[in-house]
Amino acid sequence: MSSTWPLWEVFVRSRRGLSHVHVGSLHAPDAELALRNARDVYTRRQEGVSLWVVPSSEIVASDPGEREAFFDPADDKVYRHPTFYSVPEGVEHL
Amino acid sequence: MTAPSDALSDYVLGLGDDALVSAQRMSWWISRAPELEEDLALANIGLDQLGQARTLLAYAGEVEGTGRSEDDLAYLRDDRDFRNVWLVERPQTDFGVAMARLLVFSTYQCELYAALASSTDATLAGIAGKAVKEVAYHRDHARLWTLRLGDGTTESHARMQVALEGEWPHVEELFAPVEGALVDPQSLRSAVLSRVEEVVVEATLSVPQVSPAIGGGRRGLHTEHLGHLLAEMQDLHRSHPGVTW
Repeated sequence: MSSTWPLWEVFVRSRRGLSHVHVGSLHAPDAELALRNARDVYTRRQEGVSLWVVPSSEIVASDPGEREAFFDPADDKVYRHPTFYSVPEGVEHL
Repeated sequence: MTAPSDALSDYVLGLGDDALVSAQRMSWWISRAPELEEDLALANIGLDQLGQARTLLAYAGEVEGTGRSEDDLAYLRDDRDFRNVWLVERPQTDFGVAMARLLVFSTYQCELYAALASSTDATLAGIAGKAVKEVAYHRDHARLWTLRLGDGTTESHARMQVALEGEWPHVEELFAPVEGALVDPQSLRSAVLSRVEEVVVEATLSVPQVSPAIGGGRRGLHTEHLGHLLAEMQDLHRSHPGVTW
């Protein structure tokens, strides 16, 4: 049966005010049951107050082969971090 | 004539035994469900039922006043002393049967616990108030599978219909009069039947037209299956009295 049940990615919000965080995946025949399976597999120990399930096939992912082109150029752009700038003395409300 | 406290403890024992025996039957599915996800779901449902059984049996022992604990009641009684209905004690080794039975049983428990939650007995009201949320989820699970199997393939439709035909004779026993009942079982009948039948019709299945089985579980009269279930469930405790882990 596994071969016919699609894969779903599961996101759990652990409490109000926090964002949904990816916790894993599971198999389910449709969205309604995916949500219930997620409840049973990932929130049995009070892990969450809200759940999202997304068909794994709908996730568009970056290509590991393109990792260097995607992410390495940010390495030497230290000026993009706010800590790069020193705040002149006496400046308020910054 | 039965004293009021005996009647009450017998009534609570019936509710606790329903949950306990159902939990034991549900545990058969652990490692046997069609998918890991369903395995966990059924284990969760069984454990919810076991939790209800524990609080109900502990309370039955307390009302009885003889000092019997939940373990004494679960492990040291013989089948004739059990008060569960026939619906929950028969084997359920077909997934369709397990879902058909859960649909009936959880719908009954939903109505029962909702009514008990506002009963005059504070302890039972507390137990029922907590349990009603659990059984609402059980019902939802059984409903979704009944819809999918009923309105699925020709094979799943046919097997789901057979499953319903097998469970239906045991529905009426749920509503048989019980001495000491805080909620008259008969008062739950129309709501339970209409909610179950609504799902059956939506699943493109037909409501079985069958005669009720004899029943008698509330009086300690059981099918041959209960003895086998108890033998397995009670073996460890009886071989090693007082065992804990």
